[in-house]
Amino acid sequence: MKYLYLIFSSLKRKKLRTGLTILSIMVAFILFGYLTAIRQAFDAGVEVAGADRLIVRHKVSIIQLLPQSYEAKIESIDGVDNATHSTWFGGIYQQPTNFFAQMPIVPEELFDMFPEFIVSDEQKAAWLNTRSGVLVGRGLVDRFGWKLGDRIPINANIWRKKDGGRTWEFDLVAIYDGAEKGTDTSQFWIRYDFFDETRAIGAGLVGWYTVRVSDPDKAAEVAAAIDAEFANSAQETKTEPEGAFIQGFANQIGNIGFIIMSIMSAVFFTILLVAGNTMAYTVRERTNELAVLKAIGFTDLGVLGLVLGESFALTFVGGVLGLGLASMLVSLGDPTNGSFPVFYLPGSELLLGFLLIVVMAFIAGIVPALQAQKLQIADALRR
Amino acid sequence: MFNWISQVFSVTQFSIRSLPQRKGSSAAALLGIAGVVAVMVGVLSIAQGVLKTMQSSAGESSAIVLRSGADSEMMSGLGGEDTRIISEAPGIARNESGPLASPELFVVINLPMRSTGTDANVPLRGVQAPAMAVREGFRMVEGRMFEWGLNEVIVGTGAKQQFAGLEIGSSIEVGQERWPVVGVFDADGGLSESEIWVDAAVLQPAYRRGNSYQAVYAELNSRDAFDQFKDALTSDPRLNVKVMRQSEYYDSQSTTVYNLITGLGTIIAVIMGLGAVFGALNTMYTAVSSRTREIATLRALGFRSGPVVISVVSESLLLAFAGGLIGAGLAWLAFDGYRAATLNWASFSAITFAFDVNIALLAKGIIFAMIIGLIGGLFPAIRAARQPVAQALREL
Repeated sequence: MKYLYLIFSSLKRKKLRTGLTILSIMVAFILFGYLTAIRQAFDAGVEVAGADRLIVRHKVSIIQLLPQSYEAKIESIDGVDNATHSTWFGGIYQQPTNFFAQMPIVPEELFDMFPEFIVSDEQKAAWLNTRSGVLVGRGLVDRFGWKLGDRIPINANIWRKKDGGRTWEFDLVAIYDGAEKGTDTSQFWIRYDFFDETRAIGAGLVGWYTVRVSDPDKAAEVAAAIDAEFANSAQETKTEPEGAFIQGFANQIGNIGFIIMSIMSAVFFTILLVAGNTMAYTVRERTNELAVLKAIGFTDLGVLGLVLGESFALTFVGGVLGLGLASMLVSLGDPTNGSFPVFYLPGSELLLGFLLIVVMAFIAGIVPALQAQKLQIADALRR
Repeated sequence: MFNWISQVFSVTQFSIRSLPQRKGSSAAALLGIAGVVAVMVGVLSIAQGVLKTMQSSAGESSAIVLRSGADSEMMSGLGGEDTRIISEAPGIARNESGPLASPELFVVINLPMRSTGTDANVPLRGVQAPAMAVREGFRMVEGRMFEWGLNEVIVGTGAKQQFAGLEIGSSIEVGQERWPVVGVFDADGGLSESEIWVDAAVLQPAYRRGNSYQAVYAELNSRDAFDQFKDALTSDPRLNVKVMRQSEYYDSQSTTVYNLITGLGTIIAVIMGLGAVFGALNTMYTAVSSRTREIATLRALGFRSGPVVISVVSESLLLAFAGGLIGAGLAWLAFDGYRAATLNWASFSAITFAFDVNIALLAKGIIFAMIIGLIGGLFPAIRAARQPVAQALREL
């Protein structure tokens, strides 16, 4: 207890300096939280990707289509539990800046393949009964303020309708929520049967397949078997785990992880300088006092603990404030106004933040603490 | 007045001379500001690089024709007959071999990125002879041009650097076929450098495109010929097209990426800047408090408070300026010209670009540093000037 009191009173000594140091540490941790959420947004889906799911696409490029007949062939391969196809619709709602993904899929297959999309039974039934119906994620519904029953016009650049028109109208009949925080709720699912009979060209062609394997440990073998099945055909395939597929896509935008790591290192290096410098000052200023403490019986180790404790107190207050403010900022919504499919701060990253607090406090405090420990009473009192 | 100015000089000189006594804390503030500026300039140079690549792609009098409603080449589609009608429109410049109008096919092909080993959507462009003529900066830098009608490709310098397997002598796999790389070209830093080019007649059957194209790139007689060209095409009942100046087209392609990076970069810089302000305040308060008696002595000798404020602020500005200079210099050394690839959302394809640390950006960084220095110095300066002389002299 007496140590806590001593730490507290030495922090009170120069309130302004203590306050400023806490604020600069706080800023570092706000950035830590915010940048982590941004990185998370770019990697959206990698963490929640199904370990038992594979993506099968055209080997030459993702824009080339595969025959729908591949589904039965894939399902007959050993170790495949189920396969379902989706296609890139690539339409525009009102204006190009309102970008979001739309994809046709077979509804029953979606419910089976993606258990992370949670839909009420009533709305499931409504979607199964409405050919022009769509299932839309909660995030997207909120972004545009849609509600059940709305008719949503989408301008299709790729898929012209049989009547020559390019405006498709869909009925919003079902909304899904994510089972986890990281689930992408920005998707717009169209019924494949409606899509296939309405499009002017490309009947029977689909974009890619999602495959569920019965044993995730054998995923690599199954992937190889699928590619072997279609080798030397007109449409060869490339199969990879869902996580790798999403990661590959994120990598195309840039090495976001690396950029963010670099920024974060610069930030922490800077703040470490500020905090370390403050600690060095407090020790230098209080040489006399520390010597008195030693003279009245505090051990060397006790004095070391005192200085380190001060460093911990400063960093802890600043760090916790920063992490708290970061969570608040992140929960206010993403800075791009809806372009990120997910924007949140995962618990594991908060834990990492706490670890960083401890490490930073130690590095900033250890040198001055050792100096304090080594003080010779007689010398120090004379200064 | 003269007396006042000479006071400013002597006090400032005095405080700057005493800087070495406060090495530790001054260096911490200086490096802190350098870090902020380096990060800010570094992040913003990405946006500048993308913008520069897009802007240098468009000539003054060049236009692009897409299908009406399409926002990018990827989404567009034009029949072979449409492209013939477009080539004959008024306003198009001509050379000895015909009109400078280039119908082109635009698709992507998966190739691994060198940096991560994962696949990227590399643009693959099917061209006809006028494609080289409508791009002013186009020139071969290595190897040779492909032979028309053969399965040969040439690659842009950016594509060759960023994606694996595009050296001369290697080949790309397109379905059952292998197309050899026979040459490398550059295009004055323009967007084409991210691409692979092949004869359109070879690409059409490989991607089952029949006799269709996606865009027509045209070189006009002059900048002013654009309206005539646009009116002729949009009023032609046989066509359903959208005509844009290339500069507008590339602007619209780069806004998303540019705004995203600039927005995020600014948020990060402001938050970091706030941290640096706290650091600078700390340093300057410490500097002032360690010189309390000194400053009080000066005031007792008759120095006015104005020069005292200015001397503290200029010390802080000096530190900030040095920090800004170091930060901007580091960013310039580390990032300028650094090549990377990103995804152009509009066309769903990769673009390669070089980070661009330009003068305007460096100036921005240094100004930002000075603002941090000004705020960091002002409050401590006011406190120094306000302290009652008698009390301050008595302090330890």
